[in-house]
Amino acid sequence: MEEVKLHYDVNAYDFICAGEASGKLKRSLKDLGFDATLIRKVAIAVYEAEINMVIHAEGGVIDATITPEDITVVLADKGPGIPDIELAMKEGYSTAPENVRSLGFGAGMGLPNIKKYTDEMDIETEIGVGTTITLKIYNK
Amino acid sequence: MTVKEIVEILEGTIVYGEDFLDREVHTACGSDMMSDVLAYVKEQAVLLTGLVNPQVVRTAEMMDMKCIVFVRGKSPDIGMINLAEDRDIVLIKTDLEMFTSCGRLYAKGLRGGSGK
Ligand SMILES: Nc1ncnc2c1ncn2[C@@H]1O[C@H](COP(=O)(O)OP(=O)(O)OP(=O)(O)O)[C@@H](O)[C@H]1O
Ligand SMILES: [Mg+2]
Repeated sequence: MEEVKLHYDVNAYDFICAGEASGKLKRSLKDLGFDATLIRKVAIAVYEAEINMVIHAEGGVIDATITPEDITVVLADKGPGIPDIELAMKEGYSTAPENVRSLGFGAGMGLPNIKKYTDEMDIETEIGVGTTITLKIYNK
Repeated sequence: MTVKEIVEILEGTIVYGEDFLDREVHTACGSDMMSDVLAYVKEQAVLLTGLVNPQVVRTAEMMDMKCIVFVRGKSPDIGMINLAEDRDIVLIKTDLEMFTSCGRLYAKGLRGGSGK
């Protein structure tokens, strides 16, 4: 298998379609023959980050690079940024408003879940500019 | 346990997936918060929820879940049904509440994601 690069756009405020990119990536990984548990880890991590792009930022872009050794996914948004990354990473911490909670999100578990399922996780953020999350999962 | 047994135990109805009644399931998870569901990467076959929106189906998709049970008489809309059809996920609805639904299934042998 050669290196495969995939790109997805995530629309702002589109709660219905949020998760479409993660689902597509999941199916591509399946077609490429990756192990089911590995695929589930990637799918969950990218889905959590994609939902965050829709509920906390104004959408953005997702770029995935797939090699036989690992899967790297970069999610970049032009949202408000994260003021305190350490706090945001805490289980249970959420700034989600009531309307987002009534949709089943805002437990403050997304970023901790991403951390749990990935081998490498990097967050770069600037207030008023946006957030870029880079994830890497090894194919062991 | 099979999907058919779940329908019987919960006195429920199949919204989508009549053809998959023989599917075997052993584990389940009940929650209205999707990130709680996503916190366990272990195979979980059934999602019980009182939440009705497309992200419920997408969460089940990411988790490779086979079946979603909507409790408290909630009904998925046509968009959700189409999504479930495309992702090959059975949809069941029951008038029972969450606590009762989980309790009945547990009593009949279905277990949580940790196997307990
Ligand atoms: N892309 C982002 N842009 C701006 N803020 C973000 C972004 N992602 C996360 N955050 C901030 O970090 C907090 C924690 O995120 P996390 O995903 O862990 O929880 P949540 O999205 O609030 O709830 P959950 O993921 O459980 O549904 C969010 O409430 C939000 O304040
Ligand atoms: Mg989140």
